[in-house]
Amino acid sequence: MTTIISNGADQVQDQRENPVPDAGPATPVHRGLLRFATAGSVDDGKSTLVGRLLYDSKSVLSDQLEAAERTSTARGSATVDLSLLVDGLRAEREQGITIDVAYRYFATPARTFILADTPGHVQYTRNTVTGASTADVVVVLVDARTGVIAQTRNHATVAALLGVPHLVLAVNKIDLVDYDQEVFDRIAGEFADYATGLGIKDVVAVPISALNGDNVVTRSEAMPWYDGPSVLEFLETVDITHDRDDQSMRFPVQYVIRPGSDYAADPDYRGYAGRISAGTVRRGDPIVVLPQGIPTSVVGIDTADGPREVAYAGESVTLLLADNIDIARGDLLAAAADAPRTLTEFQATVTQLGDKPLRKGARLLLRYGTSTSRVIVGSLDHLLHIDTLQVAESPEQLALNDIGLITLRLVEPLPVEPYRNGGRVGSLLLVDPADGTTVAAGMVGDRQQDLHPRS
Amino acid sequence: MTSTQVSPAVAADPQLAALESEAIHILREVAGEFDRPVILFSGGKDSVLVLHLARKAFHPAPVPFALLHVDTGHNFPEVLHYRDEVAASGGLRLHVAKVQDWIDDGRLAERPDGTRNPLQTVPLLDSINDLGFDAVIGGARRDEERSRAKERIFSIRDAFGGWDPRRQRPELWDLYNGRHAPGEHTRVFPISNWTELDVWRYIAKEQIELPQIYYAHERDVFSRSGMWLTPGEWGGPKPGEEIVRRQVRYRTVGDMSCTGAVDSSADTVAAVIEEIIGTRITERGATRADDRMTEAAMEDRKREGYF
Repeated sequence: MTTIISNGADQVQDQRENPVPDAGPATPVHRGLLRFATAGSVDDGKSTLVGRLLYDSKSVLSDQLEAAERTSTARGSATVDLSLLVDGLRAEREQGITIDVAYRYFATPARTFILADTPGHVQYTRNTVTGASTADVVVVLVDARTGVIAQTRNHATVAALLGVPHLVLAVNKIDLVDYDQEVFDRIAGEFADYATGLGIKDVVAVPISALNGDNVVTRSEAMPWYDGPSVLEFLETVDITHDRDDQSMRFPVQYVIRPGSDYAADPDYRGYAGRISAGTVRRGDPIVVLPQGIPTSVVGIDTADGPREVAYAGESVTLLLADNIDIARGDLLAAAADAPRTLTEFQATVTQLGDKPLRKGARLLLRYGTSTSRVIVGSLDHLLHIDTLQVAESPEQLALNDIGLITLRLVEPLPVEPYRNGGRVGSLLLVDPADGTTVAAGMVGDRQQDLHPRS
Repeated sequence: MTSTQVSPAVAADPQLAALESEAIHILREVAGEFDRPVILFSGGKDSVLVLHLARKAFHPAPVPFALLHVDTGHNFPEVLHYRDEVAASGGLRLHVAKVQDWIDDGRLAERPDGTRNPLQTVPLLDSINDLGFDAVIGGARRDEERSRAKERIFSIRDAFGGWDPRRQRPELWDLYNGRHAPGEHTRVFPISNWTELDVWRYIAKEQIELPQIYYAHERDVFSRSGMWLTPGEWGGPKPGEEIVRRQVRYRTVGDMSCTGAVDSSADTVAAVIEEIIGTRITERGATRADDRMTEAAMEDRKREGYF
């Protein structure tokens, strides 16, 4: 893959002579951290888009740019190939492919971004799933000349299965169709129909040229008919504050802190360390310890910075409880009002990540919350064709990159509950006990049922 | 610590709070999942940060990890002094693997250019094997270098310590899988998602003490390959390399033979943060000769088992 900036090296030179990024006019409100993922097929120009986002947001530093220039020159190119800024490994550069998810960091005055850059090979559904699992927004690329293809629908489906609330369709290479509004409208309409049919609430399409920078960071003058945001403007302003509803409290115990004689102030100190995966915990809250089913209450929320009255989802804290109960890593502390039931059999929608196919009867380890349990694959219930949303009942196996519904059987009951957006509740891994390989990743429940395909 | 002034904006920073909670979660996973974890601790700011986060993660209990440092013999004396003080004051068990010992008994040979940074890999892997560590916690960040951009938070290493990018496991949500076969080990990077600026803003917020060479000071230096190097027993300066006195600071701290200082007047945490916001060269590009050798220098060293 070779891409070249058409407006030449002069612009590159300009940027380097301007050593401090322009602070711009009045500093906008800082909206905090946004995680997003990019997905597209091999020739959609995704590396160029990511390179362009980094370059135009002045997140590329001069030594990185010089390295890209050196390589471009060595290849006989007169201009800088922006995709070189993000092609990571030598193996990839030599073959012109991207083989794995790479993480990029950049910031604008409005927001800080963590970008999961996922590769575009058709068979790499597993990487799209990985990148999108932590994303607030997924940006899907299509080539304006080919429009929506099977892989585009795959990316949208994966985003919907994972519960990603915002989807951006970047219609790239719009310059190669003469900035034609009709072409854009047709692709955007087709995609919006499909994505809203999947239940994704917020779908936006943007006509771009990653190569020329049209509508990537700044709005393009080549398309007066388009009055929406640039890709970066959308990312800077999208509201994610209400994406995760206030949910009943869940706290998987990671580690029991018992300092003993090392803590003279209270040698009997016994705290349960973990990260609140959902909801809010307050001092005094009634909770239940699972799977034991023992009720108790929170008498203290401890941190190294001092005690707290209240703590929120995503925060790492240590809980002190009213009763002396035998609690270990893997147990779940849950709001007493609506604690999950414990189960010995449940269904999960899984993506096969390992090379070895998944079959009925497989004996595996289940990673759920902080627990590790032995499980047996009781049945393979269906295989989901993610480009058509059709299912095939009772498949023989799930091969690498297949998504399907399976039934898992446990030896000991476990408080599993349906997957919630963001994946801190209801997400799981299946692990090969022999070599520790992650065989599959899954979401509790039948996620396909939640999608609403067009008939 | 030269400055302890903290602006209210930094103190209440939700982004730093999120990064801290993520790192503490990762460190507690290590304590819960592994038998013999160790923190790679050089006294450099990233390893200091990891240790600080570990203290917070297990408070009020002591940190349940040992410390390991590979000493090239060319380290800055003030950093080694700092390293020993931190280990002693925290009651931590510090293991030091000296490259010199490996050279003395013939397991390693000095390189013609005198640089010892690439020689660290063998003592590191030998120590991991001899001391039986199954989780090795490091302060590497994904923003440092492009092969690190693809690094996992839990990264599996084979029996030779090698890193095969194709063997790494997908990491979804906040579920980390560190299971490995006997003889293999897992490298863990709790501050993967931090940038250089995040690290410094957190150092300001938490008032973390660092070795003084991170702040601007007068120092005798000489120029080599566009970097200011400190003269020393490691082999500099060569004839023709002139020693000058300049006001400099170190952005990274490693082997003296390949870690360069930058011209700087930033003598407080706040001034360092200002300097980083304005900088146009990455941390490694400015200061690490070892990453300049070839375009894929870091990728090659990682494959061989480097940090």
